[in-house]
Amino acid sequence: MSGLNGVLERLGGRATSSIHRLGFASRFLLLTLRNSGMCFRRFSLVIREIYFAGVLSLIIILVSGLFVGMVLGLQGYDTLVRYGSSSALGVLVALSLVRELGPVVAGLLFASRAGSAITAEIGLMKATEQLAAMEMMAVDPIARVIAPRFWAGVISMPLLAAMFSGMGVFGGYLVGVQLIGVDAGSFWSQMQDSVDFSEDILNGVIKSVVFGIAVTWIAVFEGYDAPPTAEGVSGATTRTVVTSSLSILALDFMLTAFMFRGA
Amino acid sequence: MMNRKALDLWVGVFVAIGLGALLFLALKVGNLASFSAAETYLVKANFDNIGGLKKRAPVKSAGVVVGRVEDIVFDTENYEAMVAFSIEKRYEFPKDTSAKILTAGLLGEQYIGLAAGGDTAKLKGGDKLKITQSAVVLENLISQFLFNKAADGGKETK
Amino acid sequence: MNFAYDSRQILKGVNLNIRRGQVVAIMGLSGCGKTTLLRLIGGALRPTQGEVRVGGKSVAKLDHDELFALRRKMGMLFQFGALFTDMSCYDNVAFQMREHTDLPEELIADMVLMKLQAVGLRGAHHLMPSELSGGMARRVALARTTALDPMLIMYDEPFAGLDPVSMGVIGQLIRRLNDSLGATSIIVTHDVAEALQLVDYVYFMSDGQIVTQGTPDELRASDKPFVHQFVYGETDGPMPFHYPADDYGSDLNAREAA
Repeated sequence: MSGLNGVLERLGGRATSSIHRLGFASRFLLLTLRNSGMCFRRFSLVIREIYFAGVLSLIIILVSGLFVGMVLGLQGYDTLVRYGSSSALGVLVALSLVRELGPVVAGLLFASRAGSAITAEIGLMKATEQLAAMEMMAVDPIARVIAPRFWAGVISMPLLAAMFSGMGVFGGYLVGVQLIGVDAGSFWSQMQDSVDFSEDILNGVIKSVVFGIAVTWIAVFEGYDAPPTAEGVSGATTRTVVTSSLSILALDFMLTAFMFRGA
Repeated sequence: MMNRKALDLWVGVFVAIGLGALLFLALKVGNLASFSAAETYLVKANFDNIGGLKKRAPVKSAGVVVGRVEDIVFDTENYEAMVAFSIEKRYEFPKDTSAKILTAGLLGEQYIGLAAGGDTAKLKGGDKLKITQSAVVLENLISQFLFNKAADGGKETK
Repeated sequence: MNFAYDSRQILKGVNLNIRRGQVVAIMGLSGCGKTTLLRLIGGALRPTQGEVRVGGKSVAKLDHDELFALRRKMGMLFQFGALFTDMSCYDNVAFQMREHTDLPEELIADMVLMKLQAVGLRGAHHLMPSELSGGMARRVALARTTALDPMLIMYDEPFAGLDPVSMGVIGQLIRRLNDSLGATSIIVTHDVAEALQLVDYVYFMSDGQIVTQGTPDELRASDKPFVHQFVYGETDGPMPFHYPADDYGSDLNAREAA
């Protein structure tokens, strides 16, 4: 009996501390937003972070996009040809990518590559007292270190998602038209007929912006909150990837239900 | 640390590729190119039943897209559905044009089909189409079919 | 400067008064609250009771902007330097100048090189912190700390982990910088030999309280057993060698029987 009580107590304790943490994280986000003035005045800080978060993620995004598109082409053709609708391959590939796979997969990749790097960097800066030193030199570390990374992530995410989708469509074209032999004309024309700018593409962009905010917020917060030890930083990095990934999937469901309800 | 110029260059390239991808998606993959800034005029039509017609559904004539459904409201004066749709300014239709709600393919989405009449006067913005044909509702079709079947059967047994 | 405070359970009834121009050491075992003291002075922490006054101003009562203005007149050297690892030494030293002043780059260049020259590392200005040895990193950090000529400089374990030569160098630099800037320095350390040679006054802390204070000579001559043990590095005394445990004999026997 006491064993059960113990379990419940620990669960309750975990739950309350999670809520505690969420509250702290929210205040942290507000603080970051309020201290973003420096980011716009000295945009070079943000540019530097866009390089580390976005440019260095280019390769993995482009290559993954290409492969995902190619797989979509293969699998899509296999299924569609059974219903005699292989000419709709373009539609299948494009809609899957633009609406879902682009923002989501790019988001997951971004979280694991850039998100973990940001967390590790900030965590290490905290552990080696660089953030404290900055504070003692009367420079607000949130304005100088955290905010630029946050905005860099928010700006990079939609661009990366668009690149992912673009490469994916190209990959689908390569496999479907060049390899398998689906008619190029119907591939593109049916795609253009079915993919609506405001319904599909814009919604995809909105999703990727939301994911960008979520992932970067989590990455930046976990780094700032990490215990200043080796285990602390590594735990924070892992938490960033796990929490970001789960958040992306959950947010994706909510956004999809809201946006594509009844079309 | 990387020197500033190289950094700026790479970030510029990155942003350029990103925007390029967005543009590619918008133009080549989506339908933005076909419908950017065409001027349109608004026209109304009443239907008994719009079936599955939705806003933004295409308006076609002779199979070519000439406009979009803008708004669908219920008219409480004569208990009909009032559909407002826009037609591109370059396409003029005579005043006695008829509008039908058709289905693309067998079970596809529904759209409005315009068949031009013979009137020399042309439709203007704000005009109302007089001749309309409602959507085919599947249940009605089936019940009609069954009714006919039953009637035939009755006639045979007589 | 003048301060008196009571804070958390880490520091109890601590009363300190440091005069301008002095170099003061705060010594004690690890965990006695020395670093907490520094953070209270820097305004990173607030005392639960009493107050901390620097240059006549009560630190805890300052608002955000005033606190930051005060911090510009203070410098703190962290234990392992805390240099910004993503910038070169030059950029590290130039950091405060770029953030807080509108000086043109040519002027900043001169100032940075002068500061590095004072610590003997002008030739290393292009190196990254990861390329420096421990002692060199700490010297660059010292140059960074004194970049804007602060009036109060705090040192958190400046001698920790250094070879004897570097220790001597840092000690000399602390004294020279303090005197040439007309500043006040507070050194938190448990390196007795270096500290006693260097400072004007010593505060001794144990368990959150100040147990003794005096000039280095007074401390060397002190007959208090605690001070004696610390100053002369004796292995046993008021700070016992053995962690509290049961009687040795019965402990061994108990294990055999079990």
